Amino acid sequence: MSESLIEIEGLNFSYGQRPVLKGIDMMMGRGKVIAIMGGSGSGKTTLLRLIGGAVRPTSGYVKVAGEVVHKLKRDELFRMRRKMSMLFQFGALFTDLSVFDNVAFQMREHTDLPESMIRDLVLMKLQAVGLRGAHELMPGQLSGGMARRVALARSIALDPLLIMYDEPFTGLDPISLTVIGNLIRRLTDTLGMTSIIVTHDVQESLKIVDYVYFIADGVIAAHGTPDEVRRSVAPFVHQFVHGEEDGPVSFHYPARPYAQDLKLEGGFA
Amino acid sequence: MVLPKRIVAGIQSVGHRVIDSIWRLGYASRFFLLTLIKSGTSLRRFTLVIRELYFTGVQSLIIILMSGLFVGMVLGLQGFETLQRYGAESAVGTMVALSLLRELGPVVSALLFASRAGSAMTAEIGLMKATEQLAAMEMMAVDPIARVVAPRFWAGVISMPLLAALFSAIGVYGGYLVAVILIGVDEGSFWSQMQNAVDFHYDVVNGIIKTCVFGIAVTAIAVFEGYDAAPTAEGVSGATTRTVVTSSLAILGLDFILTSFMFRGMG
Repeated sequence: MSESLIEIEGLNFSYGQRPVLKGIDMMMGRGKVIAIMGGSGSGKTTLLRLIGGAVRPTSGYVKVAGEVVHKLKRDELFRMRRKMSMLFQFGALFTDLSVFDNVAFQMREHTDLPESMIRDLVLMKLQAVGLRGAHELMPGQLSGGMARRVALARSIALDPLLIMYDEPFTGLDPISLTVIGNLIRRLTDTLGMTSIIVTHDVQESLKIVDYVYFIADGVIAAHGTPDEVRRSVAPFVHQFVHGEEDGPVSFHYPARPYAQDLKLEGGFA
Repeated sequence: MVLPKRIVAGIQSVGHRVIDSIWRLGYASRFFLLTLIKSGTSLRRFTLVIRELYFTGVQSLIIILMSGLFVGMVLGLQGFETLQRYGAESAVGTMVALSLLRELGPVVSALLFASRAGSAMTAEIGLMKATEQLAAMEMMAVDPIARVVAPRFWAGVISMPLLAALFSAIGVYGGYLVAVILIGVDEGSFWSQMQNAVDFHYDVVNGIIKTCVFGIAVTAIAVFEGYDAAPTAEGVSGATTRTVVTSSLAILGLDFILTSFMFRGMG
């Protein structure tokens, strides 16, 4: 399938003895916004790290634009990473650089563009996220939502093919949340990129994505378009989408019987 | 014979610790080599180093100059106190200069440098790691060792000898203030005896060699501890403490080794 930017097949990954991902298969088309959802610790972020080549799979492979990521040498990997970006949970802006220098960072590192052109490009990227007026500020002076928008401007600096978002909605107020969500959708459409969002914000992401994968216990528990997901009667999806306390994902951490822990099995003395 | 479980566990934990520390030493050496190998970027784009020189060098100036002045003044006072017992108070200039150039200048300024600039370097790199800035850089296909670690390393290595030189210079002036201006030792003999006694190669160059070695040791420890810090608040604070403790011990240990090679009781 030439249309898909990312192909993942039979992907297994473990931290030491602990398996994190077990046999993941995925296809992600160009120009799409794809959400990967799942509870905390379900291996979503690990999946992004595997796509970015930060860790190596135990078995199986991730192909980005036709290249198997873990087989690339370090310089080939670095060349591939220029075509992808990652937006970290809290933005990960360089705190010793201004907003302007943060967005200009990759242009200065990877291109020989003259400073006047870098200036124009940076202001255009900042305009796209509505923060052109903030280009002189330092990251410490930004609110959480603004920092994430600057990080978004930085991640589109070199017009990548793929942007991965690690929990882009965490800790944002409702307005910033909608702003970021809409920005992701708009930038994906106008720049023709592919976006992968790792999130557990169900309602916000269902509004903007084309396709959803649910990961639970290291396997894909369900997948489908937002409409299919909303209508789904599969117990896990239902519990997750509606945020129910109990279901296939249990409220209680596995434990010995309650009475035994309270030493009540002998009856009351 | 079967050893009791507790003894076996004890031996095992000692073994684990030994293996861990050797492993860490190897890891640190490898990191140090990588820093050297990847220094090309920071030496080509020297503005990166100059920026760090400001933070490590210029911002350490006040503490270095103030301490140098006080150490020199104390040396003048104590030197005069002791030397006058033998009627040799005019040699106080010699004593101040030699103590500063050979020992106190390099050692005290390196200790101050470790606690002022080294700890800041560790905390900064550690926090960059904790807030995923280093991971973000990796994902942007920029090597953090080349872009973040190497410029800081070279800035430290360059600024350490300069700071130590300033420390010694202002220390000598402090000694002059106390001995000549305050106590009234003869100014002519203060300076001329100093000029006669201080040998450029034997005293000044050896002092410079010491500061270079200390500079490399302190900054290598500082950048390694920062890069290796666990990405949590606790991890960064622990790494900062380790930087100060380890580099202080390294300075004092290296000082003994270097001194025993340089001044074999003949000077």
